[in-house]
Amino acid sequence: MSTELAIETTGLVKRFGHHAAVDGIDLVVPRGSVYGFLGPNGSGKTTTIRVILGLASASAGSVRLLGTAMPHDARNVLWRVGALVEGPAFYPYLSGAANLRRYDTANRQAPKDTRIARVDFALERVGLSHAAGKRVRAYSLGMKQRLGIAAALLAPRDLLVLDEPTNGLDPQGTREVRALVRSLAADGTTVFVSSHLLAEVEQICTHVGVMSNGRLVSQGTLDTLRGQTRPRLRIETLDPAKAMKVLDGLGLPDTRLESADGRPDTADSHLVSADLNGVAPEDACVALVAAGVRVRGLYTDHGSLEDSFVALTGEGFDVAG
Amino acid sequence: MSRADGGGLLVSELVTMFRRRRTIALLSVLAAVPVLIAVAVKLSTSDVQPGDGPAFLDRVSQNGLFVAVTALVVSIPLFLPLAIGVVAGDTIAGEAGLGTLRYLLIAPVGRVRLLLVKFASSIAFCLAATVVVAVSGAIIGAILFPVGRVTLLSGSTVSPGNALGRAALIAGYVTLSLLGMTAIGLFVSTLTEVPVGAMAAVVVLAIASQILDSIPQVSWIHPWLFSHEWLGFADFMRDPISWTSTQRDALLQLGYVAVFGALAYSRFTTKDVLS
Ligand SMILES: Nc1ncnc2c1ncn2[C@@H]1O[C@H](COP(=O)(O)OP(=O)(O)O)[C@@H](O)[C@H]1O
Ligand SMILES: [Mg+2]
Repeated sequence: MSTELAIETTGLVKRFGHHAAVDGIDLVVPRGSVYGFLGPNGSGKTTTIRVILGLASASAGSVRLLGTAMPHDARNVLWRVGALVEGPAFYPYLSGAANLRRYDTANRQAPKDTRIARVDFALERVGLSHAAGKRVRAYSLGMKQRLGIAAALLAPRDLLVLDEPTNGLDPQGTREVRALVRSLAADGTTVFVSSHLLAEVEQICTHVGVMSNGRLVSQGTLDTLRGQTRPRLRIETLDPAKAMKVLDGLGLPDTRLESADGRPDTADSHLVSADLNGVAPEDACVALVAAGVRVRGLYTDHGSLEDSFVALTGEGFDVAG
Repeated sequence: MSRADGGGLLVSELVTMFRRRRTIALLSVLAAVPVLIAVAVKLSTSDVQPGDGPAFLDRVSQNGLFVAVTALVVSIPLFLPLAIGVVAGDTIAGEAGLGTLRYLLIAPVGRVRLLLVKFASSIAFCLAATVVVAVSGAIIGAILFPVGRVTLLSGSTVSPGNALGRAALIAGYVTLSLLGMTAIGLFVSTLTEVPVGAMAAVVVLAIASQILDSIPQVSWIHPWLFSHEWLGFADFMRDPISWTSTQRDALLQLGYVAVFGALAYSRFTTKDVLS
């Protein structure tokens, strides 16, 4: 078995009754990577993480964490893993610092003599030093999320598992988390970060895995995944319906009327896109104009990652599952 | 990192528990029980006749130390089981309900270690609860009533110091008596993520056990009920002290601890933590 992998699952299945929330996935998370674990809500990301960390047992398949068999050798490996699973959780009647001290005490490998210093440092890293003595009951959602990340950083870790770490954070907080992940990765920590929002992790990942309905539908480096996307034709037109008909006629698959989000001149012009499917863009242009479609602009691109994820998962990333 | 800090978690657990406002409230209610009894007796104009009210109540006005014993008698059927049901029922279910259980487990705390620490802290709470009733009773008794030589059930008298020693033994006996219920609470707590449900279940079991114990038609089951020896501490009020109740009780409670400890272990070590 390779020790070059931080996480490796083989045919991992987790069933709840008859429903397979995780349906035979083979995760390969190389050491030193920042792995974006993507998928719509309900696609099985959190369940996978629970099984990887030994919180839930696998219905079938196996897990190796940092080269160690889980859950059999959990006690020998989990102390090297920091994690945020399905949102942070704390004792509301204890202060932020007291909560971290309690979690650190639970870790048998964490030395007591450096506890206070490590708690202070973790709080500082997430910008919560000022609220260290405040009861968690009085924390905002964003502060709890930061405290959860601080708990994952209590000790030097080889692997961080962050399940939707930017939930509840404002854009500024989201940027801070990204910067934090970057700096941890620069120190050599492997980061496994799940999200249902591609845009939130796209910029920091070296690798991606895409979940859909309990299956891992794609996995690889970010560049591999980018390479998989097919060139698309995009046209700006005043006659979207007619344009789509023409493109269909040319045999271009996946013809779509794009949403108008973020474009200022949407009063009369619309964005239509389609998979080029080997047709030369100039030929498409001629056909459109010949059919009387009023074209304002025409160009091709390789499709955004977002497009390929939508194609892989069959739904938008912010759709609740 | 070096191995460190074996007993740290128990200390953390105890500090967290005894600092918690809910624990303090429970102990305050228990401390109020003897005060209520003592004040009621003090204010009443007529003497309490032997046989009236809870056991030993008639002796309170002659000797304040009996407030402690009477308060224990009064607390055993409901107040102590209620308090312990809250604490023991909360052990695992409370952590699951808060979601902190998953973070303890991935720390990693070790499931067996967590279970043992939770059981130990619940026992510490039983002891604290019993001692609070006894000490509060002794103090309020000494304030409101004369304290002198104590006449035992066997007729002989002992010094107040000797009587305090016996009161400590009684507190120990009551704690021992509650171990079986604590183990049941620990087990029930591994079954749910809703702590209130676990607490209610434990209290209901304690009451059901006492009801069964009072129905002669099912007398065959009486020796097996975990509440059967709860009031057996009168043995400590005799000279010489008889240990037969204690032995029976210890055996019974250990049986419950073994059975429900094993159930809690097998449930908790295989449980999916999904909260
Ligand atoms: N405790 C549970 N019992 C039954 N089904 C569950 C449980 N937890 C999750 N599921 C189901 O498993 C699927 C995956 O859920 P989850 O792993 O939370 O998805 P994600 O984290 O990707 O949003 C969902 O269909 C969800 O309903
Ligand atoms: Mg999730």
